[in-house]
Amino acid sequence: MSSATGIGASVLRKEDFRFITGKGQYTDDINRQGQAYAYFLRSPHAHATIKKLDISAAKKAAGVVGVLTGDDLAADKVGGLICGWMIHNKDGSPMKAGAHPALAQGKVRYVGDHVAVVIADTYSQAKDAADLIVVEYGVLPAVVDMNDAVKKGATVIHDVASDNRVYDWHLGDKAATEAAFKKAKHITKLDLVNNRLIPNAMEPRAAVGDYDSGQEQFTLYTTSQNPHVARLVLSAFIGIAPEHKLRVIAPDVGGGFGSKIFIYAEETVCVWAAKKVGRPVKWTADRTEAFLSDAHGRDHLTHAEMAMDDKGKILGLRVHTKANLGAYLSTFSSCVPTYLYAPLLSGQYDIPAIYAEVDGIYTNTAPVDAYRGAGRPEATFVVERLMEVAARELGMDPAQFRRKNFIRSFPHQTPVIMAYDTGDYVASLDKALEMADYKNFGKRKKESAKHGKLRGIGFSAYIEACGIAPSAAVGSLGAGVGLWESAEVRVNPIGTIEVLTGSHSHGQGHETTFAQLVSDRLGVDINSVAIVHGDTDKVQFGMGTYGSRSGAVGMSAISKALDKVIAKGKKVAAYALEAAEKDIEFKDGRFSVAGTDKSLAFGEVALQAYIAHKFTGAELEPGLKEGAFYDPTNFTFPSGVHICEVEIDPDTGVTKIERWTAVDDFGTIINPMIVEGQVHGGIAQGVGQAMFEGAHYDKNGQLVTASFMDYTMPRADDLPSFEIGTTTTPCTSNPLGIKGCGEAGAIAAPPAVINAITDAIGHENIAMPATPQAVWLACQASRKMAAE
Amino acid sequence: MVEERFMPNVSMTVNGVAVSANVDSRTLLAQFVRDNLHLTGTHIGCDTSQCGACVVHVDGRAVKSCTTLAVSCEGASVTTIEGIGTPDHLHPMQAAFRENHGLQCGFCTPGMIMSAIDIVNRKGNSLDEHTIREELEGNICRCTGYHNIVKAVSAGAQAMSGK
Repeated sequence: MSSATGIGASVLRKEDFRFITGKGQYTDDINRQGQAYAYFLRSPHAHATIKKLDISAAKKAAGVVGVLTGDDLAADKVGGLICGWMIHNKDGSPMKAGAHPALAQGKVRYVGDHVAVVIADTYSQAKDAADLIVVEYGVLPAVVDMNDAVKKGATVIHDVASDNRVYDWHLGDKAATEAAFKKAKHITKLDLVNNRLIPNAMEPRAAVGDYDSGQEQFTLYTTSQNPHVARLVLSAFIGIAPEHKLRVIAPDVGGGFGSKIFIYAEETVCVWAAKKVGRPVKWTADRTEAFLSDAHGRDHLTHAEMAMDDKGKILGLRVHTKANLGAYLSTFSSCVPTYLYAPLLSGQYDIPAIYAEVDGIYTNTAPVDAYRGAGRPEATFVVERLMEVAARELGMDPAQFRRKNFIRSFPHQTPVIMAYDTGDYVASLDKALEMADYKNFGKRKKESAKHGKLRGIGFSAYIEACGIAPSAAVGSLGAGVGLWESAEVRVNPIGTIEVLTGSHSHGQGHETTFAQLVSDRLGVDINSVAIVHGDTDKVQFGMGTYGSRSGAVGMSAISKALDKVIAKGKKVAAYALEAAEKDIEFKDGRFSVAGTDKSLAFGEVALQAYIAHKFTGAELEPGLKEGAFYDPTNFTFPSGVHICEVEIDPDTGVTKIERWTAVDDFGTIINPMIVEGQVHGGIAQGVGQAMFEGAHYDKNGQLVTASFMDYTMPRADDLPSFEIGTTTTPCTSNPLGIKGCGEAGAIAAPPAVINAITDAIGHENIAMPATPQAVWLACQASRKMAAE
Repeated sequence: MVEERFMPNVSMTVNGVAVSANVDSRTLLAQFVRDNLHLTGTHIGCDTSQCGACVVHVDGRAVKSCTTLAVSCEGASVTTIEGIGTPDHLHPMQAAFRENHGLQCGFCTPGMIMSAIDIVNRKGNSLDEHTIREELEGNICRCTGYHNIVKAVSAGAQAMSGK
């Protein structure tokens, strides 16, 4: 670490000032001259044909400037929303993706599906006018349960997929896995539900579309984690405008958690409609719209089996998962339960044979896509529930059983694609056991029992694959894009610096951590560094922020650009100091001639680069500005051990988390304060999944958990403070050694909670969310079993 | 052609400044401060009075402005996040949120800070973790897991005693 603001320092966040003073600029804070407001008429039915759509009365209503429908989209040849990852079936045929128009064309497929948009002078007028639209629906049977969806004779959601199956996909060696099971002395079997979640970033999605007819230029302000990907899709696939005529700006964004990766109907319609109605068009979701139409997360049904020998060594794993993809394929939905899921089924363990089958299924529910962790929490839940239950069945200590099966040498090639580069799983486990005071858990359990309480402890030793990932590798697996990142370092003549990054910060603190890297490498004051992101007119291109990738990939791109800046600076310094370039050294912010006292500060060299008095154009180009694209050479593999300790009141079913210990290996850490904050937030979301949250549709496809009154978000009094530790094995596949930390908590937490609760209540039969009612019922079942 | 809606006049003091406007009678206080006064630090995170992103102070008490009609605040003194400190003199609670990394995306933060000040006003400067967690029941944060918000409120409460 070179300074108090360099790599490894808990620098306070540069971006905080505007947020604590109410000066943040979120999309809904942006108003354009003459803007009108959009309100979307949504389907009240989960599955219906649109027999008649009469907008004539709405068009005449007060303040209305336009009412647009799917027919208008078709007339303008606006393309449908796309899914950007092609998955192939077991037989090699492509997945079956139904059309996804931004406004319904003849049929609606989930409650909240977009039927029409009303645009008016005020939001209230738009909403009032929407009441005047007459829709005659031909209501069809709805299917919300995956098992029902694939039954013969089930209602067909998309004609292209007559059995409602998007794909049947597999990974791994089936024959080798079956052979492993034949040798097994013990097999642990589990049926698991990974509950459906609603992301609920606190800022609802919003969009302001604008069209400058003089320049023929569209601008879209939107709540996006990846504005360049949005522009690419809106240009190349949806056909709003060519890229040079479409600017996408993602200003301050109030949390994403995956849900703001995707290109949705509303944003598409706002930017298209701005030209149609000749006014800027603004839309902001209310919370119920967010519940209905943001892409949901998780929603797996899994049967899993693990085979072991007589000494508790794992021989094989086989998994069959049904993944609910909702009514349409969202932008990256197809890869989440496949390539972001099954390749993680080896966990931290040396498992010789793995075979996974995944059926992607359409239902009449909101689209399901990536949500914090995206596939990896689902895999970790399978692996870590199996590990805990297997240890119990074998009568082994759960920590010891994991230790026995840990991967010990690296690199390690798993049977399911991944090649782990580094890790020290034993170190994380040992540290976590120490911090959690595991050796005295028995005493604490007895103490709880004295007070009529049940105490349990649960482990989760997770691994995740982040950075996502070498472009050629993901291309070979069906991705429609590359997953590199870009950076541009612009040094101004007086030595201040703007870094343009394709990553996007929506809470992660990039304006601080990225500036720390620059301060560290160039030896400059962190306050002379500005991080620019989220605007396609400023940053040339970028792939955005998700998959814990901005440190590992985004900062690696910056690092590469900084290397070029230093190399160019050496050339400039050589002319300015009248020395040979090979004799110029750069250290602590100064270029100096080796073995002499001749030197220039970084800012002085920047000035020399711009005034260009000491060299000719033939010798060296003036200026100091360098760009880089960084394509990762592997996934990164953050890992760790989380231990949850709970106390349950069997009379009320109330579960209290008494203690949470997290020991994570994120490789190099730029800012420990920010990393700990990411872990805290991730754990809270994971605990939310395990104990509180669950999206529920009734049998007709009505979302009955469509408000904060009905969907339980974790609140301050639901959670403990967390004890956080780290171990470090630097990642070997990027120049900074960073593995990524954004999703770890959400991946680790759910099995730790459920393992603790099942340990306390003495049987395995409890589903997420383990609400007080569910826990109370489970306690009653335990009592009954004990009595029998 | 366009029907005339009754637009009653409402007058109040916001952050020490007298303001007056004719508004659609269904205008909420949150909409009034955001749309009429362009004070966009007050955020709207839900429509059921659950999340607390919209908390402001009305006559010294914390109120969820997304479920308060603007016309019901006739004659009231309203303070929003923009009114509690200046760039050079942050309110101690604002400073505590920054110093304790009590925010990530920043969207819930104005409401959190306004609620936190209200907690201190009601419960005093020495707040234990249990009290803070219980009192934050009406504010949802999706980013921080509350760990650092609790630390920030505790530190801010203590700092407010030195004010």
